[in-house]
Parts: sequence; C-alpha cells; structure tokens
Amino acid sequence: MADVAVEQHGVAAAYEPSLFGTYSKKIGMWLFLLSDSLTFGALLYAYSYGRISTPNWPTPFHSESIRNATLMTAFLLTSSLTMVLAVRASVFGKGKAVRGWLLATMACGTAFVILHGHEWSNLIAEGLTLPVFPAVPGHEASKEFANVSRTVPQFPATFFGLTGMHMLHVTLGVIYLGIVALRKKFIPILLGLWLVAWLATPSYSPFHYGAHVLLLAAIAASVIVFLKPKVYDSSDVEVAGLYWHFVDLVWMFIFPLVYLMSTRIL
Amino acid sequence: MDAVQVAIAEQVAEQHRHHGKAQFFWVWGALLAITGIEVFLGYQNMEPVRMLTILMGLSLIKAGLIIGYFMHLKFEVSRMKWLTMCSLVFCLAMMCIFFPDAFRILHLGVK
Repeated sequence: MADVAVEQHGVAAAYEPSLFGTYSKKIGMWLFLLSDSLTFGALLYAYSYGRISTPNWPTPFHSESIRNATLMTAFLLTSSLTMVLAVRASVFGKGKAVRGWLLATMACGTAFVILHGHEWSNLIAEGLTLPVFPAVPGHEASKEFANVSRTVPQFPATFFGLTGMHMLHVTLGVIYLGIVALRKKFIPILLGLWLVAWLATPSYSPFHYGAHVLLLAAIAASVIVFLKPKVYDSSDVEVAGLYWHFVDLVWMFIFPLVYLMSTRIL
Repeated sequence: MDAVQVAIAEQVAEQHRHHGKAQFFWVWGALLAITGIEVFLGYQNMEPVRMLTILMGLSLIKAGLIIGYFMHLKFEVSRMKWLTMCSLVFCLAMMCIFFPDAFRILHLGVK
C-alpha cells in the first residue's frame, strides 16, 4: 500500500514509498505521543514508587469520589467514540457532521475538566493540599487529611502532579479540537472561557491562576490561525484524533492506579 | 502538503472508508464494561499486589483496544506497528529498574 504514484505537472512519476505507509504529519504526531507517553510513564512510576515504599499511604477516595471519577471516565470514553466518528465523517467529506462530532467531543472533554476541577476543589477544601496552594478561608482541614500533607507529602505531590498534567492535556486537547472545528471563530469563544474561568473562580483556588493557560493558548492559537489560515482536511482531523485518544488512553491507567487503588472501603 | 503527501493521505482516508461504524460502538461498549468491572474490583477487599495486577491487566486490554481501533494502529503497516510499540514498551520497561529500590525502602528502611 505504500507505493504511491503521483501525477504532477501532467507527468506520472513514481515516488519513493513512505517508510511507514502513511503521511508525515501523522508520523510526527505518533512520535510526539511516544515521547509524551514517557512523560506520563515517569509520573505514573513516581506515583507507584511512592505507593509501594510508603506503608501509611492514604486512601482518601470515598464512594462519592469514585462515582465522580467513574463518570469522568465515561465522559472520556464517550469522547473517544465521538472523535472516531468525526474522523470517519471527515473521510467521507461530511463537513457538518465532522463539526458536530468534534463539538460533541469537546463537550465531553469540558465535562471531564469541570468534574475534575470539582474533585480537586473538594480535596483542597478538606485539607489535601500542596504548599503552593493558598489556604481556603473558613475551612478547617478534616481529621483525615490534617496530617497527610505533612506525614505523606508524596501523596498530594504525585496526585496533583499526575492528574494536573493530565487535566492540562485534556484542556489543550479541547482547544486543539476547537481550532480544527471552528478555526478563527473559536478564538473569541476561548477568550470568553478564559474570562469566565478567571473571574468565576475565587482567588485562593489554583484554577484562578490556572485559567491563564486559556489566555496563553488563545494567543498561540491566534498566531497559528492568522499567520497560516487553512481549511482543515481529513488528515488534520485524524491527527487531532490521535492526540485525543492518547489523552483518553493515559486516563485508563490513572483511574485504576490513583483512584481505585486508593479507595476507602467502609 | 505536497502532492505525495496528499496522495498518501487519500490512501489512508480510503482505508478508513472501509471500516464500519459498528466496530467503534462495540469497542466503546467493551471499554465501558471493563471500566465497570474495574470499579467493582475497587470495592473488593483484595490484597493490593493482586488487585494492582488485575487492574493493570484490564487497563492494558483497554489500552490495546484504544490504540488498535480508535487510534487505527491495527490497520497500519506492520513496520509502523512494531517500531512504535516495541520502542514504547522497551522505554517504559526500563523505568521498572527503580522498583526494587521502593521495595528496599519498605522492607529494610532508609539507611
């Protein structure tokens, strides 16, 4: 399948076949994903190392947290289905369907980020925190977490590091899909989301400052869509899909390792 | 994209056109079902190492389904499949070198 004969300037010419039987953009994305999987691999190994070497590892996830994380997993899995349907629609040239499926994928991704943010906020309010996070005014740390951040600092450090990195990837994935689906029209939406996220979160929340990721992404996206405007074709949708499925894939390891292995059984 | 890249992209798109929608729904259903099993196991009072082994086994099955069907690797040329997966597994396996140290701390303590 790798042999490609291309007619150029009216002359049929056989070019050297692609080594991997696919186009270079897709190979580039695969190489990026391989390197990114080592980043997540290192974080997952760090978490597991701490889990093994610490006898009093906390088990803070009650049934409410597990329900929340299961719902988040369902959203991500559904987003992968809608993404693959977007890729399928794109190869048939159904522009409207592509946009619809991409927007559905973005909606599932956004739901995931909101639920995750809710989970983080609850844990921080209960006292599971990092030294860099400001204290939540009017909230006493619960008995359960009063000593965790002091006696087992590996837990909050690896938990927030790993899940925060994943949340960042999902957020950037939603923005990536937004650009592919809506192009320039997505920039004002993104700026609106940034303002909402920044102004609606209290100043002691890590998301108050984290929201600026949206502003940085809006600036980067503007540079890309204004300097190199183009109509995204099926290959662009497929490459964006690879990134999105990877984000889903990583969560398939985080969910059991972080949440299910630290379930509090009453 | 230049003409060669466009031609290859068209070939890849043609491959995609031959895949039915139904298989994606089957894979999605299987992934949800495995997640359900994992959550059920999370509430069983099992020995951590045994639980970890089962959960990671199930996660690997889920990863295989996502990479194979959703990321389309099952339908790529074998050179692409083997090179990407072997290099990834090798690099991740190399990271296991740190685990004996974690067990040492647990059983012997820090000296």
